[in-house]
Amino acid sequence: MSKVLVIAEHDGSNLNGSTARAVSCASDLGLDAVDVVVLAADGSAVAEQAAKITGVSTVLLVQNAANENAVAAFLAPQIEALAADYSHVLAPSTTFGKDLMPRVAADLGRPQISDIMRVESAMVFDRPVYAGNAVVTVEAPEGLVIGTVRTASYKAASNDGSASVETRSVDAAMPSHTRFVGLESGGGGDRPDLQAAAKVVSGGRGVGSEENFKAIYSLADKLGAGVGASRAAVDAGFIPNDHQVGQTGKIIAPDLYMAFGISGAIQHLAGIKDAGTIVAINKDADAPIFEIADFGLVADLFEVIEELEKAL
Amino acid sequence: MKILVGVKRVVDFNVRIQVKPDGSGVATDGVKMSMNPFDEIAVEEALRIKEAGNAEEVIVATIGPKACQEQLRTALAMGADRAIHVLTDEEIQPLTGARILKALVDKESPKIVMLGKQAIDDDNNQTAQMLGALAHWPQATFASEVKIDGDTATVTREVDAGLETLSVDLPAVISADLRLNEPRYVKLPDIMKAKRKPLEAIPLADLGVEIAPAVNVLKTTAPAKREAGIKVETVAELVSALKEKGLI
Repeated sequence: MSKVLVIAEHDGSNLNGSTARAVSCASDLGLDAVDVVVLAADGSAVAEQAAKITGVSTVLLVQNAANENAVAAFLAPQIEALAADYSHVLAPSTTFGKDLMPRVAADLGRPQISDIMRVESAMVFDRPVYAGNAVVTVEAPEGLVIGTVRTASYKAASNDGSASVETRSVDAAMPSHTRFVGLESGGGGDRPDLQAAAKVVSGGRGVGSEENFKAIYSLADKLGAGVGASRAAVDAGFIPNDHQVGQTGKIIAPDLYMAFGISGAIQHLAGIKDAGTIVAINKDADAPIFEIADFGLVADLFEVIEELEKAL
Repeated sequence: MKILVGVKRVVDFNVRIQVKPDGSGVATDGVKMSMNPFDEIAVEEALRIKEAGNAEEVIVATIGPKACQEQLRTALAMGADRAIHVLTDEEIQPLTGARILKALVDKESPKIVMLGKQAIDDDNNQTAQMLGALAHWPQATFASEVKIDGDTATVTREVDAGLETLSVDLPAVISADLRLNEPRYVKLPDIMKAKRKPLEAIPLADLGVEIAPAVNVLKTTAPAKREAGIKVETVAELVSALKEKGLI
């Protein structure tokens, strides 16, 4: 029997939406079962949420005080202990999965398939390279497959499942060389999570300052949208890093992406290729973003935001 | 204390990638090659740690064919003290790369290995974490700030939820994210000086590293293209187009 284990991403109380997307990819493998493991200090609430994801057979709940925060050096040995029962182990390709899974793979002597965007068979996958400017079809070598899932390529599995939750104890030695100090969140407030939002309003260097970004936030709030940014805007200190969209930031797939004052470097475009509709507003008619935008408007972004807010 | 920095030769980040029509890969003939930008940041950070008096020596290493020497010379010109070139003409995947770096760690006993968080060619984002596992060392990936205090490093990491801070005992592997620093410009006299710095070439076979099971690339294709849409003239036109699509 071949089964896939999906590593749940969560913050201790809520399951991250990337998990249900990774489950969609896992279901495409066509194996006998899709299980999810919740590694947490006190994870029954998260496990209940995971049990509702359609297509999940069993949720394994591994509780350990060391799992209070997602530290790769602590999580990896526990996953390695569980992997023996599985043919595939997947995690979302978020900073959580990217940090964790190669550590698991190397310990088990397995290569990793990063950023799976399509499953051709249980051993053959498509993944992007060169910031999404090429796609490679790769075949994993025989044996355990370890991978991360490019979440923007998958819709979240729906929420009408009723998997059983099994508590497991895992024997794994916890290293003492790593200490979690803290997490400072970027202050997105109550706005929708960038990676799950149906609409995203995004600003670039053209916004000009941290102060001016208020206009972006204000429009986002009117639309019920998440707020994104280009690398240039983050580097300039206009907005915290967790808003960055692109090759090395977040890869997103909202229904509507509105880019204000973003020129459209290939590294940024790599993060929005899967968006439903892209709207670009830029003063520069030659900005590369217009080459991929569904609707382009050459204009001053602040005037456009003002008019948009009136029209909505 | 020594710092070992891994650097990779990649297609320059400004090059527009062309997929070969026969699906065998991307065109690299005559294309400008550079040091992976994240690795440049890793080199810079190692130099700053040394300049702050927290390390004595910065060693840069690469794995690949003869031409990769160019990137080692660049790192030496930036200020690294010496270089190690693991010579091979084979394509090296991350797990084997991490095993090779582990062999260099055993040889050199650095207290810190600094790597870029990902190479901009294969975008794998694996090698640092894999080395952490193989060496049984802590890892602090996607670093935007590194503070060294005796035998510990306090590292701020760029994660999806914001900025996370880890404290790790040395030796440790740290992978560099974009905002860790801005690499220095190399000056001409430094390029001349770099030519005289020691560069040791080691054939891969001499390291006794077991090649890991490899992922087999079956084909390379161009991604589905997004076509440019239309330009609207007014906000009113934009609003009605979005309303028509049910987006607002």
